[in-house]
Amino acid sequence: MRKFSKISNWNRYPRVDASVKSFRTAEELRELLDITPQLIARGAGLSYGDASLANVIFSTLQFNKILHFDKVNGIITCETGVTLDELLRVIVPTGWFLPVTPGTKFITLGGAVAADVHGKNHHNDGSLCRYVNKIDLMLANGEIISCGPTEHETTFNQTCGGMGLSGIILQVELRLKKMETAFIKQKNIIARNLEELVRMLKENNSSTYSVAWIDCIASGSRLGRSVLMLGEHAKIDELPDKYKGRSLLTHRAPKLRLPVDLPSFTLNSYSVGLFNNAYYYSHLFSRKEFFVHYDKFFYPLDFIKDWNKLYGRRGFLQYQFVIPRGRGEEGLTEIIKKISGSRLASFLGVLKLLGPSDHPLSFAMDGYTLALDFPITNQLFGLLDQLDDIVVACEGRIYLAKDARMKMETFHKCYRRQAHFRDSMAKRGGDHKFESLLSKRLAII
Amino acid sequence: MSKPTPLKSVLVLGGTSDIGAAVAKKFAHEKFVILLAGRNEEYLKKIAADIAIRENADVTAFNFDALDFSSHKDFYRSLPLQPDVCVCVFGYLGDNGLGMNDWPEAERIIDTNYKGAISILNVVANDFVSLKRGTIVGISSVAGDRGRQSNFLYGSAKAGFSTYLSGLRNKLFGSKVHVVTVKPGFVHTRMTEDLDLPVWLATDPHHVASVIYKAYVNKTNTVYVLHFWKYIMMIIKSIPEFIFKRMKL
Repeated sequence: MRKFSKISNWNRYPRVDASVKSFRTAEELRELLDITPQLIARGAGLSYGDASLANVIFSTLQFNKILHFDKVNGIITCETGVTLDELLRVIVPTGWFLPVTPGTKFITLGGAVAADVHGKNHHNDGSLCRYVNKIDLMLANGEIISCGPTEHETTFNQTCGGMGLSGIILQVELRLKKMETAFIKQKNIIARNLEELVRMLKENNSSTYSVAWIDCIASGSRLGRSVLMLGEHAKIDELPDKYKGRSLLTHRAPKLRLPVDLPSFTLNSYSVGLFNNAYYYSHLFSRKEFFVHYDKFFYPLDFIKDWNKLYGRRGFLQYQFVIPRGRGEEGLTEIIKKISGSRLASFLGVLKLLGPSDHPLSFAMDGYTLALDFPITNQLFGLLDQLDDIVVACEGRIYLAKDARMKMETFHKCYRRQAHFRDSMAKRGGDHKFESLLSKRLAII
Repeated sequence: MSKPTPLKSVLVLGGTSDIGAAVAKKFAHEKFVILLAGRNEEYLKKIAADIAIRENADVTAFNFDALDFSSHKDFYRSLPLQPDVCVCVFGYLGDNGLGMNDWPEAERIIDTNYKGAISILNVVANDFVSLKRGTIVGISSVAGDRGRQSNFLYGSAKAGFSTYLSGLRNKLFGSKVHVVTVKPGFVHTRMTEDLDLPVWLATDPHHVASVIYKAYVNKTNTVYVLHFWKYIMMIIKSIPEFIFKRMKL
């Protein structure tokens, strides 16, 4: 008697019938692999789209032991299902931090490696897999291989950003980042339009962390008005006295929950427009330099446990792309104009600079990335197809971990290095054991 | 200057079960030294490492097989210290249908849930009595409150275990040893992974662990992890047998 359930990821689209199995040891996983023709691994299910969806899903959430922590050198080894939230609780009190973190801490380490996630420091520090010493991977035949930047490099490259298609990540050894305090010295800069924002991003390239909130509804001379947020790890002697006694404080569990789905019209161009105005002006007139806890700086949305209910039952799509630096301003202007003109409201608009990436299916490239959230409506898919064309024309890319609808041709135009990925997988005897709805939709392998 | 109180210790029997691991983690969080006993040595060691790192605690893994009755005395004697608390978590749900036709399956259900538990707890109880201190926590089941067609092999073994625990509590009272009976109800664990548990009747291992810790502190006798199970079982127990035998529960 195997359970079948309706499964969807964070954005609640698509929803599929899937059989979910879990494992606690490598032996259990091997036995399951033996009797399962095709499957995909899934962690916390916080990607936006169908990356970890399939008819058969192997959940890694029970395979979540922290095995070794070298507090002197900042190296931690854990099983794939450990979440960043759990890691932070262990490492922060000892003065270590994640080398790279995305905008939520509830994802699993395995998922983070499979998507080669980036953070607010990507422009200088690269993505998460740059800090991975070693991955233990189980292949389709149950064999376990250890790969890293200097051993089994091909497998390592297939696995970093490989969306779970190269095997099941069992264990990851990660190098951490030393920090003096758990606080961030934040500086906010107001940009009145996109041109100003691009200039400021370039000027502040040396800042450790940088990210901009951008208003995608404002038009005309205010097109792309934004708040650029910069951050540095606060040193102990610059920390205000009120924080000094708890300088290595970890975060707390989220307090707020949304009890019900809001109606899907909650986030429309008027309500979002009002919110954007309030947000922009409140930042215009508030303090520009202050200290914040890492939890507030990196994970502002984590304090509402299930904010995806804001978008109602139909769910939403996140659209995240990157455009090379040289084409950045024109491409972004064109895209934001298109969105602003469509009257489809994006509640979230996050823009930042990325640096180059290291692996064939990794998302990042030297350029500007913009992430947008749209409630699902009938017009949305058409708009996003048009945006795809602009991204492709600028030789940019769309993020696989946030995709639920890109066309196969678009993917192959975006990911030029994908042929390399496919060839190397084929050489290994590509048996298509690990396939997701995403990999099938886009014919990745 | 007062001496620092020595740390208390807990022996968890069945450390590789989800509830066992959660109990160990909870007691580690409360600054106990953890003796984690179970069968799959490699997995047990990983659980021990995980709890030691997360809770900054002293956790050691020991090989223990509930079905190897003759080893139980030596196992307990070889422990590096005499624990203050012993939590007996291991259990085996098994397949009731299979067990009706295949004796080894039925035997395994009885041996694990009843004989294995009693074999080791007798040893622990005698030690605690000689020390005139200690708490024994037995994880029984609501399935033992009344026999139902879907799982009465497991249920009858747990009924026996519950009766053993209540007798033990009675006997050990004079020796200042306390016995807690825990009846968890539906818990999302490896044991129930393939079952469709009703969401509002089920809980998770961490909640069970915190209820167990509270029951240890408060010296509770019998605890239903989710309160309403007490009332559900009260109703189920009060249905007259001539009606109950016709029901499908």
